[in-house]
Amino acid sequence: MSIVVRVNGKEHRLDVDPEMPLLWVLRDVLGLTGTKYGCGEALCGACTVHLDGRVVRSCVTPISRAAGKEVTTIEGLSPDGSHPLQKAWVELGVPQCGFCQAGQIMTAAALLKKHPNPTDEQIDSSMAGNLCRCGTYGRIREAIKKAAGGAR
Amino acid sequence: MRLGVAMVALSSLAWACNHAKRPAELPPVAKNQLRSVADFSVIADEEERSRALFLEASRVFLHPRCANCHPSGDVPLQGMDMRPHEPPVTRGPEGFGEVGMECGGCHQDRNLELARVPGAPSWHLAPREMGWVGKSPREICEQLKDPKRNGGKTLAQIVEHNMHDPLVAWGWRPGHDREPVPGTQQDFGALVAAWVETGAHCPTDGGKP
Repeated sequence: MSIVVRVNGKEHRLDVDPEMPLLWVLRDVLGLTGTKYGCGEALCGACTVHLDGRVVRSCVTPISRAAGKEVTTIEGLSPDGSHPLQKAWVELGVPQCGFCQAGQIMTAAALLKKHPNPTDEQIDSSMAGNLCRCGTYGRIREAIKKAAGGAR
Repeated sequence: MRLGVAMVALSSLAWACNHAKRPAELPPVAKNQLRSVADFSVIADEEERSRALFLEASRVFLHPRCANCHPSGDVPLQGMDMRPHEPPVTRGPEGFGEVGMECGGCHQDRNLELARVPGAPSWHLAPREMGWVGKSPREICEQLKDPKRNGGKTLAQIVEHNMHDPLVAWGWRPGHDREPVPGTQQDFGALVAAWVETGAHCPTDGGKP
């Protein structure tokens, strides 16, 4: 039985195992490789996407949970990389190796949607599940603040 | 002869004293089982029976599988050693986590055996006022009976919650290699129901299961 999912505004009818992780669908079926595989156990945040606007770890989310819902990946955050976070990320040169950054930005985007001007404490508690092995946490926090300022 | 009689008398006295200290002459029970309600019929006094029933049920309340999500602070615990949840999450405004770190971002409506992430419908933390960690059975009992600290529930609703709630049920099917809470949800619900039927008396200070 097909599973219908909207990804970045486009509807997809998928003939896949309903237990297949959303991440596999995104990367292997739809070719959206911006979202990364990190730990596979929902512990690192590299695979973070939005499901109906809420942050989920796509590596542990069965595609059946996304049926009839809207998935937003890093490719769909803005059509041309112009989201305030993406601009701030470029301006401050946030990434080092870059592997975790799509997940970082997706979590930060959900944070700014709920708290347009987050405090340091709100940034820390929301971003605590997105690990960066290069240790770019300081620049991530600055970029979130810059993007929040830009949003003002 | 007189010495023999005296020794028998003394040993009888010792036996009586020992048993007087153990009013709950309950059958032994395995760590992973619960005593049945019928086992408590040996306690004649209804108030005492009620207290003993609650103590038995508190083996479930205080088990890490249940207490880990009834923390007394804002951070859920995990594991049999009840360590802080990793990744670091906090309860957030409604007990479902903070934006970006919501419980449902990782926990599905069922256990994930490959990723080992536990799950059940509506995975979330009990409100702070329902925290159990660090509390005695008596304190938990008083808390459960207080509508201001039990989510405004009647005792009948408490019984129903314990007997049928799917999130409570997870304790007996925690998945992966996690130790389940003792007994079955049916046994547990029956104990709580019997506790209510016998007057919902709370254990005395220092009462332990």
